[in-house]
Amino acid sequence: MTGHHPIVIVGAGPVGLTVAIDLASRGIPALVLQKHAASEGSRAICHAKRSLEIWNRLGAGEAIRDRGVTWNAGKVFHRDRLLYSFDLQPEKGHKMPAFVNLQQYHVESMLLDRLRALGGTIRAQHACERVQAFDDHVRLGVSAPGGPYELSCEWLIACDGARSTVRRQLGLGFRGEVFAEKFLISDVRMQADFPPERWFWFEPPFHRGQTALLHRQADDVWRIDLQLGPDADVEQERKSERVMPRLRAMLGAAARFELVWTSVYAFQCRTLDRYVHGRVIFAGDAAHQVSPFGARGGNGGVQDADNLGWKLALVHERRAPGSLLDSYDAERLAAARENILHSTRATEFMTPKTQASRVLRDTALALASGCPFARAFINSGRLSVPANLQGSLLNTADQDAFTCDITPGSPAADAPLDSPAGPAWFLDCLAAGFTVLVYQPAAGSPEALAVDGIEVAIRRVGHAGPLVDRAGLLRRRYDLEPGTTYLFRPDQHVAARWRSFDVAAIARAVKRAAGRLQ
Amino acid sequence: MTEVIVALHAENRLRDPDACYAALAGTIDALGDERATAFLAALVLILANEVGNQEVVLEAIEAARP
Repeated sequence: MTGHHPIVIVGAGPVGLTVAIDLASRGIPALVLQKHAASEGSRAICHAKRSLEIWNRLGAGEAIRDRGVTWNAGKVFHRDRLLYSFDLQPEKGHKMPAFVNLQQYHVESMLLDRLRALGGTIRAQHACERVQAFDDHVRLGVSAPGGPYELSCEWLIACDGARSTVRRQLGLGFRGEVFAEKFLISDVRMQADFPPERWFWFEPPFHRGQTALLHRQADDVWRIDLQLGPDADVEQERKSERVMPRLRAMLGAAARFELVWTSVYAFQCRTLDRYVHGRVIFAGDAAHQVSPFGARGGNGGVQDADNLGWKLALVHERRAPGSLLDSYDAERLAAARENILHSTRATEFMTPKTQASRVLRDTALALASGCPFARAFINSGRLSVPANLQGSLLNTADQDAFTCDITPGSPAADAPLDSPAGPAWFLDCLAAGFTVLVYQPAAGSPEALAVDGIEVAIRRVGHAGPLVDRAGLLRRRYDLEPGTTYLFRPDQHVAARWRSFDVAAIARAVKRAAGRLQ
Repeated sequence: MTEVIVALHAENRLRDPDACYAALAGTIDALGDERATAFLAALVLILANEVGNQEVVLEAIEAARP
């Protein structure tokens, strides 16, 4: 059990497992320590398109999508009246939907299957209790059914959640806002024919003066979230004799349902000041915490994992300087701050602090059904969107003009293509490392490049193939002209782009994105 | 409040309505209930003058009537 490991990951939630799979797929074995035997309750259920695309890159996205409940639409109600509906994916031509709902324990078990298929190692019921960080290694004290033991590692990735032991062991401050308002989560099993849409109520008749949410998960399980107010008693409210009458009021006296899981929680919006502390790196809820309406916690954490995997792999293999990890800090702190901003605003909209701001909120709701402009103020949670790493030092600034929404820093947009093997998705065509996309390349352009030991795959799209953009969606989404060249990082974010294919320019951009130029 | 609005813009015209709402609600909360009413009155008068079109302001008064 003891020994020295290159990388240890503490926590086997979706974030820890995603990092472990990413590293394993790059040939770097990481040891995963999991405190519990299994995850309790459905917890994070809304998995955004970007998370699905990340898991797709790692070979688990299709399974998770197919197991879950796909949804793109939602409705917002005020009292007994529908205020508006929304569609999060109005355009076609993407492999992954806007969202899939699936209980966290299902996601974890599917990620675990993928990790095991890649030969990864996980130790269940091994709890990291003590952490000592040194300049070039970390020592851990672990408690396990077979007795306590010690081990050391070069890198420790803390994915051990909001109550992170690693964070407490290092004595790091976790600053932000904790809201007084309490919310009740209940999962119920029932046969119901509501569509799989996100339904959100302000002041519904069945739960006066508060908010409510209904959302479908897999296996006929439904998530119900009820606002309880700031004075609710956490212990009392989770008892089934308190929960059941609230649910009967919502679902109707005749509804047949079974209570599967309940939890009472308060909103918290907090973050560490830095995520990289020497040889200890924080990701997911251990690094930052947001309130749940908006699905920004789990999806933000999966993007942390996506951002970290390739960078740590390059640094571990000495193909990039340790300072590349500074970009993980910068990029993910900016993303966490954005998530916290949206999450704080949604919380404040749902829980006005004064009588006057309650009047403002209720007036916006009253206006919204007749005046479309007021709907823009109604905030029932702004749902997770992928981070745009626009300000990152790893990006090469545009020298040429582009007119599309995508910029250096954007995550790759998907599009349907034809490949020699048949229909394909653009994201599936990207390599695990750096990838260059060339549109209608000049004759004789290379099929692959290497920049100081870093491989760069080249994907050619054009009338002559090998990839053909018959629907023209790739061309439109990336504003492609003959010769246009894009460089994608291993996490599929755009690093650079040009109007012509220039090997020297690509080499410089790869070095910059690998942290070798500043 | 459900009548059709003729002269007024029906769709949102703000670049970032969430930020705008947060600034309004935040100012109100910081002032407290008593001073919030005076703040809102002052804000309405300033915005009415900014709009600068009397017909539009009168239309807005009708649209805003609870």
